[in-house]
Amino acid sequence: MPGADKETDLGERIEAFLAELKRGGRGSGETARSTAALLRRITAQARWSSAGDLMEIIRKEGRRMTAAQPSETTVGNMVRRVLKIIREEYARSRGSSEEADQQESLHKLLTSGGSSEENFRQHFAPLKANVIEAINELLTELEGTTDNIAMQALEHIHSNEVIMTIGRSRTVEAFLKDAARKRKFHVIVAECAPFCQGHEMATSLSEDGIETTVIPDAAIFAVMSRVNKVIIGTQTVLANGGLRAVNGTHTLALAAKHHSTPLIVCAPMFKLSPQFPNEEDTFHKFVSPQEVLPFTEGEVLSKVNAHCPVFDYVPPELITLFISNIGGNAPSYIYRLMSELYHPEDHEL
Amino acid sequence: SHCSHIPLRSDYGYKVSLFSHLHQYSRKAPLTQQISIPATVIHPSIVRLGLQYSQGIVAGSNARSVALLHAFKQVIQDYSTPPNEELPRDLVNKLKPYISFLNQCRPLSASMGNAIKYIKKEISNIPSQCKEEEAKKKLLLCIDNYVNEKITLAAKAISKCAIDKISDGDVILVYGCSSLVNHILCEAFEKQRKFRVIVVDSRPRLEGREALRRLVKRGIRCTYVLISAVSYILPEVSKVFLGAHALLANGYVMSRVGTSQIALVAKAYNVPVLVCCETYKFCERVQTDSFVSNELDDPDDLIVTREGKTQLADWQSVKSLGLLNLVYDVTPPDFVDLVITELGMIPCTSVPVVLRVKNVDQ
Repeated sequence: MPGADKETDLGERIEAFLAELKRGGRGSGETARSTAALLRRITAQARWSSAGDLMEIIRKEGRRMTAAQPSETTVGNMVRRVLKIIREEYARSRGSSEEADQQESLHKLLTSGGSSEENFRQHFAPLKANVIEAINELLTELEGTTDNIAMQALEHIHSNEVIMTIGRSRTVEAFLKDAARKRKFHVIVAECAPFCQGHEMATSLSEDGIETTVIPDAAIFAVMSRVNKVIIGTQTVLANGGLRAVNGTHTLALAAKHHSTPLIVCAPMFKLSPQFPNEEDTFHKFVSPQEVLPFTEGEVLSKVNAHCPVFDYVPPELITLFISNIGGNAPSYIYRLMSELYHPEDHEL
Repeated sequence: SHCSHIPLRSDYGYKVSLFSHLHQYSRKAPLTQQISIPATVIHPSIVRLGLQYSQGIVAGSNARSVALLHAFKQVIQDYSTPPNEELPRDLVNKLKPYISFLNQCRPLSASMGNAIKYIKKEISNIPSQCKEEEAKKKLLLCIDNYVNEKITLAAKAISKCAIDKISDGDVILVYGCSSLVNHILCEAFEKQRKFRVIVVDSRPRLEGREALRRLVKRGIRCTYVLISAVSYILPEVSKVFLGAHALLANGYVMSRVGTSQIALVAKAYNVPVLVCCETYKFCERVQTDSFVSNELDDPDDLIVTREGKTQLADWQSVKSLGLLNLVYDVTPPDFVDLVITELGMIPCTSVPVVLRVKNVDQ
């Protein structure tokens, strides 16, 4: 039966996606695009009759996906975006005008008397096509994020600057390469032990003719006094405007603050997550301490605790500017962007 | 002059423009190939010492100074005054090429500089009517006293002070391998203080592993992290103990690169930072940044092979790529809460006072 085939096919694709997630190793941009594509497929192929059913299905799959790899927050962010899209399309189909402020007006809050009466049970025929089209627009937006950010590079970098960065970020790499076409500047890359992604970044930048210097992590404060700007990428932007970035970034941010050097974060919108940093057991991710203290040090290894955390929390007070595909923003504005992208009821999947 | 006998060692690799006024040597090419050493001019124990410095076999401020003084003892023992020459002047002149040779092998540390100044002064103060044997015996005794007083006994005095600052239940953070800090921790452990240690280490030297071995051998409970994880581990820490290479007259602490970073993050988390330093490392120089006067180590040390790939393997062939391997950095005095010396516990800003008092004594 064609219906059952479609469902098993969909089920297989979801399983394949989960396996890919668990394996890891993909960049966050790629993950975001494949998540959006998978959600589009679910919308097209799964069986649902009203918006509420579709949202339930997507929520269920979204929970499974975030459980597969909790540190990869872009998956959850894409799920929330699609849920917001469904709500908007439903509202539009119902004919209600821009109810975007329904949760923001204090008056509405007091007079509406309780939570929203929407139960998303009404059936609309064109809803499926509308949602799929909106997801296509989302995918187009995702494809263009790196270019959109790189286009803004010339507004932020002047000639003869010394720019510092840490580790490897594809967004920052594209940003700097775009600026290097018209300006001459010097880049210092902190290598970010123990994985030393900074080395790859440095070779890639120097191949484009950018003057690059690699420094070990211990020299960050020592050279900071000669740095004009610090430009970094991040893994996630948190709801309070803080960052979850690669380890060593907090030290870099403190050193920049000490020398009053601006700290610029290049982060596309799909990295914005409604998480807060206080969740102790979900914030940090660790990898094998063998990276830090190899097995060749066998004698001491058994008597010693070695830690290898992957992420660092950077508080919003240390950040000067966020550059995303929709432009530049101060960290104090992040809460507003959050309310435009995600619906508050979707913050908990 | 005698210095012209020592050929200059050539620099290696591309130097980052901010540091082009400093020397950058390679460790792989053997020293003896880079400088042809005329055997008649340099004493063999000095040659051996120079090789040990350049290969990093003798490393660490105290170790280098002690090794230097022992080598000078050998030189003095083997010395004989040539006819028509006076011991004080001739011996000092003999030492000049040795010192410039050692400087080529590895730039002299502040403690070594102070030791050399002391020896030169002692040699010049030998009365001219003193017989050679007696003079030599006197000098050897001076050197022994210097090592004993300024290094060994000073370490004991500093330990006694510092142990008062370690309470039960403390979590102490140390960086790299400082002989003095290791000594303090081992003494505190002997005196039955209950504490645990977090050793922070950094590439490319990875000296913290040596400190880790020494502490674990004594039975102290240790944790080990790299410097990029410092802001993760710092909330657990109650005190930070740091060693110093030199203390400058404007209160800045010159130490292994990465020390200033640790002090910065500790300040942000309000954890007290204590620097342990003997007074013979106090220096008349002043410095405000880590650029003007520093040491550049072999840039090839930064190259690493991970998962079979060596990213920076041919960094020399890429014109716009440079590697920077700094050895020292300076920590501003507002990051340091206390300096523990054998004269007592002083704030960073009292360094010129101590220097003045020492000069008056001498």
